[in-house]
Amino acid sequence: MALPQAKLDQLSARIAGLHFPATGWQGKARGEALERLGAMGLPGKRDEYWRYTDPTALTAPETKAVEGRGEAAFESIDAVKLVFVDGVFDAAASDDPALAGVEITRLAEVADIHWAGDLYGQLEAAGQTPVQRPLAAIGSAFATDGVLIRATAAAGRPVALVYRSESYSSDVILHHVVKLEEGAELTLLESGDAAARLLTVMEVDVAKDARFHHVRSQGRTPERLVATHIFARIAEGALFKSFTVAANGVLTRNEAVLDIVGDDAVAHVAGVAVGDGRDFLHDDTVFITHGAERCESRQVFKKVLKNGATGVFQGKILVKPGAQKTDGYQISQSLLLDGDSQFLAKPELEIYADDVKCSHGSTSGAIDDTALFYLRSRGVPEKAAQSLLVLAFLAEALAEIEDEAIAEDLRARLEGWLDRHDG
Amino acid sequence: MLEIKNLHVKLEEEDKVILRGVDLKVEAGKVHAIMGPNGSGKSTLSYVLSGRDGYEVTEGSATLEDQELLEMEPEERAAAGLFLAFQYPVEIPGVGNMTFLRTALNAQRKARGEDEVSAGDFLKLVREKAASLKIDADMMKRPVNVGFSGGEKKRNEILQMALLEPKMCILDETDSGLDVDAMKLVSEGVNALRDEGRAFLVITHYQRLLDHIKPDVVHIMANGRIVQTGGPELALEVEKNGYADILAGVQ
Ligand SMILES: Nc1ncnc2c1ncn2[C@@H]1O[C@H](COP(=O)(O)OP(=O)(O)OP(=O)(O)O)[C@@H](O)[C@H]1O
Ligand SMILES: [Mg+2]
Repeated sequence: MALPQAKLDQLSARIAGLHFPATGWQGKARGEALERLGAMGLPGKRDEYWRYTDPTALTAPETKAVEGRGEAAFESIDAVKLVFVDGVFDAAASDDPALAGVEITRLAEVADIHWAGDLYGQLEAAGQTPVQRPLAAIGSAFATDGVLIRATAAAGRPVALVYRSESYSSDVILHHVVKLEEGAELTLLESGDAAARLLTVMEVDVAKDARFHHVRSQGRTPERLVATHIFARIAEGALFKSFTVAANGVLTRNEAVLDIVGDDAVAHVAGVAVGDGRDFLHDDTVFITHGAERCESRQVFKKVLKNGATGVFQGKILVKPGAQKTDGYQISQSLLLDGDSQFLAKPELEIYADDVKCSHGSTSGAIDDTALFYLRSRGVPEKAAQSLLVLAFLAEALAEIEDEAIAEDLRARLEGWLDRHDG
Repeated sequence: MLEIKNLHVKLEEEDKVILRGVDLKVEAGKVHAIMGPNGSGKSTLSYVLSGRDGYEVTEGSATLEDQELLEMEPEERAAAGLFLAFQYPVEIPGVGNMTFLRTALNAQRKARGEDEVSAGDFLKLVREKAASLKIDADMMKRPVNVGFSGGEKKRNEILQMALLEPKMCILDETDSGLDVDAMKLVSEGVNALRDEGRAFLVITHYQRLLDHIKPDVVHIMANGRIVQTGGPELALEVEKNGYADILAGVQ
């Protein structure tokens, strides 16, 4: 089906000036992604999947420079750091990417024969149905760089992707591929601000009994624009956990598309967003497919919003025929610190198996005045009492981070944010 | 210690007057009890003194050791030595009881210019106080009051009081919901804190608590006013005859 001319023009304008290598497996995979993109066109305001979040700033041909305030997280964590400056891997600023049981290659330097050839763009392509995600196809086609990580055993240290921007005028597109072989284990951290406008795709293939932990802290640059996509395929007995903390930024759209294909697998995706101001919009969009028996999935998203900030959650659990004994849990909650802020949630369940347990809940509410008074009556100053209650509200999401040191790093960061944003 | 003069209070949101000229003076070292029919304004008085939102003071004053209470924030009143054991203690999911207690204690100490209590000393202190109130360690690990039984919540209030060592302690129906043994424990906790520099205002419906915590003065509150003041025998009279005679005498 051909796209209408206006959509074609819009797409051409967005990708004008973007290139990709024409040869080898990359040329093929990227060419296919471009074809997918050409068939879909860019998302528009009227698309059902963009009902609450206006994609215009993400689809516009250009993006305006912003004043950067990048902030790397996880500095207290002993990890193999891989630094990207304005979307390009910076070997000098990075650690030696040698880690036992883990193979790390840079996308821009990858050989013509490589394990990622079978994976790159594949999970993204599969994740285009039943819902189209054109921005992800842009990521597969036009990524300027990224990492390809293959773990064959339990990694001794996390791998940390650190994003920096020097110009903050840049428009960066990254594509990462992570493959965990049977029984392997890896923790991947991401932090910092990559650009004024960042688009990422991360494809994660978790083989039988492998365990993948992803913890991400999105940068604090006030005007940044971000669209991220995670596509994961989770095999038998495997575990996938992804957690994101975000504060600031005018527009953040984090999509996670998790496909559980093996029995007894576990998939969790969680996040905390702290938003301040009328310009702030944070959107978590999740699609989890249960295609096997006795699998567990959890979605836990918490947002703290004030001064007119907007939070969006679209979360779907699809239980395929035969996916018996599925245990699906989904909760999305917002704490609105004033009457101006808003939370828009669309939880969805679609179940084609009869022996399943799925629950979902979505709420938005204010700080509990009675609790606040109780704390103050014991001598806790108002702001500290409010911070305690906000952190208490976020606790269920933060509990999704398994590693206590990493959780503590983020908790301290959040406390700092809350203190700075008081009043 | 605490001096309330001609206190008039209405609800902020409605034209409903609750306190209509309360006069009360509690001296250091003394225990005063307030009894009175349901809805007479006892809890409202305790909330207004501790600074809860939603009330408007239209007339009168309240001072704690010559500091104007009504002009202070709730946390300032606490740091100045005021403590209210709530009639309905509040559950706070997600905030651990220990974190809560330590934050409160250290915040008060900081406000008074004192050093924070170290984690080790704090732990010792809490263990000791909790043991004397028969509060088990497991309860201390849970979120504030969440999943506590009615009586456990009340004991937790007294634990907080024992830890914070306030000067002016207001106990709002701390006895309701306590079993006979717990009432004894709680009373012992209160009695252990009685000294020259500390005063208590005990709101209760029952003589039983006053058997354990012997009051120096008993007040009867009705319709937003203290209508009668006497010695411990006044509580006995209420226990025996109810409020009818007293209220009739007032009118
Ligand atoms: N926020 C409020 N909104 C409406 N009415 C209120 C409010 N607070 C207090 N009142 C009313 O004021 C009156 C006094 O209430 P208060 O709780 O102080 O009584 P009390 O003496 O403590 O009663 P009890 O012995 O039952 O605990 C009651 O009629 C109560 O309904
Ligand atoms: Mg009451």
